Amino acid sequence: MSMDRRQFLKIAGISSILGFGASVASATHTIWEPGLKPPQVEPNPDGLIAKRWAMVVDMSKFKTDEDIKKVTTACHQTHNVPDFRNPDGTVDKKFEIKWIWEEPYERTFPGSENKFMSEHIKDMPFIVLCNHCDNPPCVRVCPTQATFKLPNGITMQDMHRCIGCRFCMAACPYGSRSFNWTDPRKAINPATENKAYPTRTKGVVEKCTFCTERLQVGKLPACVEAAPKGAMFFGDIEDPNSEVRKIVTSQLTIRRKPELGTGPAVYYVIGGSDHA
Amino acid sequence: MKLYDGGKILIGLMVFVGIATFPFYYNIGKVNAKPELKTDTPAIQAWEKQYGKKECVESKEYMRSEHMQLLNNWRDSVVRDMNRQYVSMTSGRKFNMSLQNGCLECHSNKKQFCDQCHNYMAVKPYCFDCHIQPMEKEENKS
Ligand code: HEC
Ligand code: HEC
Ligand code: HEC
Repeated sequence: MSMDRRQFLKIAGISSILGFGASVASATHTIWEPGLKPPQVEPNPDGLIAKRWAMVVDMSKFKTDEDIKKVTTACHQTHNVPDFRNPDGTVDKKFEIKWIWEEPYERTFPGSENKFMSEHIKDMPFIVLCNHCDNPPCVRVCPTQATFKLPNGITMQDMHRCIGCRFCMAACPYGSRSFNWTDPRKAINPATENKAYPTRTKGVVEKCTFCTERLQVGKLPACVEAAPKGAMFFGDIEDPNSEVRKIVTSQLTIRRKPELGTGPAVYYVIGGSDHA
Repeated sequence: MKLYDGGKILIGLMVFVGIATFPFYYNIGKVNAKPELKTDTPAIQAWEKQYGKKECVESKEYMRSEHMQLLNNWRDSVVRDMNRQYVSMTSGRKFNMSLQNGCLECHSNKKQFCDQCHNYMAVKPYCFDCHIQPMEKEENKS
């Protein structure tokens, strides 16, 4: 069938009015079919598997600022996260990229503070990261399925598909996503660069991936490995025998902004007793 | 018939033909020269010692024509499907589906291998804006 440009535009215009065109761009159906299927591809046999990955953070086990710094540095070096600095050495907020970072109590759990609570907790810094929500708003708004849920609960970010529209950043209530306003390689120290992991490039959004690349080869997340003993736990919360499940079942834990219904998978122990 | 200013016209014509065809002989032996692709990196030599022959993930012919598609599939398999191992259709051997930790571990002479062919074919994969390339000495620069 031959059609000139004018005819094509007429038909395209009419069909989009009728709503036919809309289904093509709809993010609710899968626009991706695997090009390689098992048995031609397979998981790494050393990989860790879970029904639902989750994390427990106990801030009382972080004794010094150094302890926190160790954790954030481990993550950021493992993933080649750039460190933009002002000439005076402070963090350059304009270009800052964060996968895991510190927030004060009232920004971690806003609305739950009261004027009588202990100064100790009010002043305590909290380690925050992507919550890998059950119901992630970022995934719902992503027009290219660059961010999507893996079956193990991880909210994954496919850098190859990200077009940098930043809808996900507007949607995320935790500020867990950062946009690369400039080439990140400018602010990565070549001496500590992880040669086994890619950098990102200008114009994409990035965030914590629960170290999916490490889990898949049998390693725990870099932050958990670098944390003081008993400060961070990682495991399958659907498994009744896992450490994370035991802690969450036996102690009072809180999650960030639960009222939003996003279903975070990062739990915070507030009490500070010993566990698991 | 008499050609006025015949000499000048002939010289002019010769100059014109010379200029018009300049790009062709200028490039003789340059761009037209098929790049020579070296597969003698330390990793490949070690492989040859272990298995008795040089092998890529798939046959040389397949790789030459299909490596772009293969890499796209690897990327999706790893990032979206959590599969990290590829089973070769040619040898049945298993490979780590990774650009910088797989392909470039063997082809650590990226500048002389991948880049040389890409320059010849005038393709410029943008993958290395993110994926880290092997360190190579400056003199290897193509
Ligand atoms: C185990 C080491 C190894 C790995 C891994 C490997 N290659 Fe190769 N590759 C070779 C060897 C050896 C040859 C030469 C094969 C021959 O001479 O028959 C080759 C040949 C090729 C060729 C054909 C070159 C020509 O002469 O036309 C291409 C293209 C290629 N490789 C690309 C890749 C890509 C892309 C990847 C990753 C998807 C990759 N290779 C992974 C070892 C490897
Ligand atoms: C024998 C020549 C040859 C060699 C060697 C070669 N390539 Fe290629 N490559 C090509 C050609 C030709 C294309 C463009 C194909 C097309 O556009 O359809 C291409 C395209 C690509 C693409 C897709 C680019 C895009 O924009 O879609 C990637 C990625 C790639 N090559 C990676 C590699 C890597 C990595 C190596 C080295 C391990 C390598 N190639 C070695 C010839 C080669
Ligand atoms: C915006 C940055 C970016 C660009 C551009 C990019 N990648 Fe990636 N790529 C990544 C990240 C991040 C990963 C995740 C690494 C992991 O999970 O181990 C990845 C993973 C991969 C993987 C699987 C794991 C590995 O170690 O290689 C393949 C294969 C891959 N990319 C191929 C490509 C190809 C081919 C291109 C170019 C056509 C490309 N990528 C361009 C960032 C990028």
